Amino acid sequence: MHSELSVSLWRGGEHGRYETYGVPQRESQTVLDVVTFVQRHIDPTLSYRFACRVGVCGSCAMTVNGKPRWTCRTHVAKVAHGGRLEIGPLENLPVIKDLATDMRAFFEKWQQAKGVFAPTKSRHEAIMPIRPDTPARIAADAAIECINCGVCYSACDTVRWNADYLGPAALTRAWTLINDERDGGNTARLRAISGSGGCHACHSHQSCQQLCPQSLNPTAAIAGLKRRSAAAYLKGEITA
Amino acid sequence: MNVRLYVWQRATAAIMAPLVLVHIAVIFYAARRGLSASDVLARTRGSIAWAAFYGLFVAAVSIHAAIGLRNVLHEWSPLTERRAGLCAIGFGLLLAALGIRAVAAVVLP
Repeated sequence: MHSELSVSLWRGGEHGRYETYGVPQRESQTVLDVVTFVQRHIDPTLSYRFACRVGVCGSCAMTVNGKPRWTCRTHVAKVAHGGRLEIGPLENLPVIKDLATDMRAFFEKWQQAKGVFAPTKSRHEAIMPIRPDTPARIAADAAIECINCGVCYSACDTVRWNADYLGPAALTRAWTLINDERDGGNTARLRAISGSGGCHACHSHQSCQQLCPQSLNPTAAIAGLKRRSAAAYLKGEITA
Repeated sequence: MNVRLYVWQRATAAIMAPLVLVHIAVIFYAARRGLSASDVLARTRGSIAWAAFYGLFVAAVSIHAAIGLRNVLHEWSPLTERRAGLCAIGFGLLLAALGIRAVAAVVLP
């Protein structure tokens, strides 16, 4: 084990630069521990986001040695080859400062994809029993654990090339709701994900699936959306 | 790409898949039998079946390739989606014209 890590951190806004710091290497150290060390012991002006530190909140994602990762659950020993770390902000999002990105576009696209539950019952009606073993519920459950970290959005080539593309996370959320039998917003949702920035723009490169820290499979969800929206189009339920 | 273009591109791909296999089989048949150009033209000229076969092929290729080119231009060039679409339509029409000309050359009596 190296006694000291050479850590390059992105400093500044869009036109910033990497600055290198020496950070003591420790057992079971995470990338977030490294960033926190720099802020607390070397430069308190370093900006970054984190909250839970245990892989639940999804706020600490950064680009680590070229790949987007959740830094609180990424051990330095697994990614720091030769004792070097390069940590930058998530790609495909505007940089606010240092390691913090402006994630508004990411979350606005969840709204554009109709990623909000559309209830079919009111609170005054009985709770609808849901069988957990139906194909639709299994498909809905497959992606219910998304923590909105933005790793898939940062890893996606299609997002990089097409600013209108809704992205893997928003489309996976749409797929979850489409398979939720309690939801009543599917026609509007299929219309929302069938435009030029919708699911059909996906090239199935599968970077989202490879790098999702929750081991979800957005590519499969998007493939499901493609089939469902194509069927709806051919039936005349939606128009292009 | 929207759902309409997606359906057209998948449908034309589905049409082309068996046509490509038949086309390759025809090439093998002609090569193995040692057919000359005049032998081939004797079989194709005046044939409504070969005109329909390769006419459908040309139509499917023109649509399929144009949609693909539109996506490439939209994602990889500074062109707007509308301009990429216009370029792709032009490319599709060019492919169709060249293809129809080639089909006409072998099927018209």
